Amino acid sequence: MPVIELKNISNFICRDISLKIANGELMVLLGPTGAGKTTLLNIVSGLIEYEGSILFDGVSIDEIPVNRRSVGYLLQDLALFPHLDVVSNITYGLKIQKRRVNEIKARLDEMLDLMNIPDLARRYPKDLSGGEKQRVALARALAPSPQVLLLDEPMSNLDPLTKETILDEFKSIQRKTGITTIYVTHDQNEALSLGDRISVLNEGKIEQVGVPDELFYHPETEFVARFVGFKNILKVSIVEIKQHEAVVYINNECIDQPFKIRVKRYPVFEKGKEISLCIHPERIILKRVNGSVDSNLNRMMGKIVDRRRNGKNIRATIDIGGSEVHAAIPKALFDFKIHEDVWACFAPDAPHPLCGKRCGVTEDQRRCP
Amino acid sequence: MERIKAAYSLIPVFIFLLIWEVAARLELIPGHFFFPPFTAVVQEFYHLTSSGVLPANFLRSLARVLIGFVTGSIAGLLIGILMGYKETINKTFHPIFSLLYPIPALGWLPILMLWFGISEMLSIMIIFICSFFPILYNTVTGIKTVDKNLIKVAKTLGASERKILSTVLLPLALTNIFTGLRLEAGMAWRVIIAAEMVAIPTGIGALLMRAESLIRIDIVIVCLMVLSVMCLSFERFFIYMEHKLTGKWR
Repeated sequence: MPVIELKNISNFICRDISLKIANGELMVLLGPTGAGKTTLLNIVSGLIEYEGSILFDGVSIDEIPVNRRSVGYLLQDLALFPHLDVVSNITYGLKIQKRRVNEIKARLDEMLDLMNIPDLARRYPKDLSGGEKQRVALARALAPSPQVLLLDEPMSNLDPLTKETILDEFKSIQRKTGITTIYVTHDQNEALSLGDRISVLNEGKIEQVGVPDELFYHPETEFVARFVGFKNILKVSIVEIKQHEAVVYINNECIDQPFKIRVKRYPVFEKGKEISLCIHPERIILKRVNGSVDSNLNRMMGKIVDRRRNGKNIRATIDIGGSEVHAAIPKALFDFKIHEDVWACFAPDAPHPLCGKRCGVTEDQRRCP
Repeated sequence: MERIKAAYSLIPVFIFLLIWEVAARLELIPGHFFFPPFTAVVQEFYHLTSSGVLPANFLRSLARVLIGFVTGSIAGLLIGILMGYKETINKTFHPIFSLLYPIPALGWLPILMLWFGISEMLSIMIIFICSFFPILYNTVTGIKTVDKNLIKVAKTLGASERKILSTVLLPLALTNIFTGLRLEAGMAWRVIIAAEMVAIPTGIGALLMRAESLIRIDIVIVCLMVLSVMCLSFERFFIYMEHKLTGKWR
């Protein structure tokens, strides 16, 4: 399977995208609607025109038309041929390649077994469930042994349970086949659980590329931070830099007296500079106002204005002088009432600077907690 | 179950024929002279068939319909495929055909009479025109409405333009094409009868006109019944074919 290189890819949506995807890697393109994810897939498949260059194993494929690029493409609506049964859908590409009959038969059996769908062989798409359609479409895309697999939000129409099952199956099939894959989604959970690496796209540009943990714990830009769930973004001014820590003021128009907090020192910090810090809701701890608070923690007093269940956690919104801070507390540990005054606390190493590629944070400093 | 349903649908027809027979026999209809009983029509049908008059005229009309319909449909299908598939061809032909399509088939009769005279060509051309446009537009619509994602997928699976046309576009346009064929098969019969009534001296339409001039209402009704059965048979044939070819996946 080839190494894919995108070099300065541009068109009416994408803007100067460069990306390298390793042999057998599962790269997830994550971003909101209109970010250019599908456009980028269409460019790689050769369906639309572009500027720049695409290389498979160092060889340019720019002049190769779509029907000879050897890409398997799974579209959002799956696009199974409604007039063909499962067998004919899966063998469509093999017949186009004019493979021998026994070879087609062998590959068909292999695909039916791999997807665990031998009993669906003679059914038509109208008689298949969402999950079954998914498997058939994946089998059809993989059957002609493409060099690259492209998937465009293939799970978006599935219920959560089926989605989880299919995602697990897909991940194992991708590992088994070792096919270089580009997977498009707007669902951060799907991206974080699936991707070897994730590229976050916004307005046709790549905001950040990294392994899931890197994105999740060390987003580089405010957009990435918000997209992967960092709801707490604080604008701060650096007032003092010590050996391992820095003291910063939270700049918030709603707060009369600026909060002074201690944060872990990052190379990007310069005295007097204004930067943004993000804190993951899971790093916020809530304490009662009359209870004791560890002196090592930063604390801000506020009032719980909203709380809602989110999986195993309670997501609480705390109003701190007109500014909202979000905390994700395990349900078992959450015994606060709505409108109760609390301390919102966080350790100095919880805030992470959003400073794009200019912050000069080393790989070592980026390591996940 | 299907047979019971079919038999059930025949009951209203039998009741209608019975009322017709009784009303005509008891002279309940004003102007009953022009209203023969159903049995008299059947008798005349038998007479016309055994004498060879009806088969001869019927075969003339049938041949005209078949030749005109088949050639018109094939031409409509081929040009429709080209127009549906290639936008440049569509843009070239669409303005011309949009001007010609609204003209009713019988509207062409005077000009065709001058071009071809009273000949078999005249009747075939009328049916050709009548069949050509609906098949053309149904084929264009059928091809243009195929989900673009299916074409995308076929391309990524290695299909050439021609392969996409034959394996994706045409099979999926079949439903629209059959709708055109079904509607036009009936229309072809109506048009040929009308053309034979006014301009062509042979065929079911001409027989109908002769019967009218002889005030033979029974023969007129026989001709109309033949027309009705043929329209229905052609329509049923195409419904059957459509179901046979697309029923499994629709």
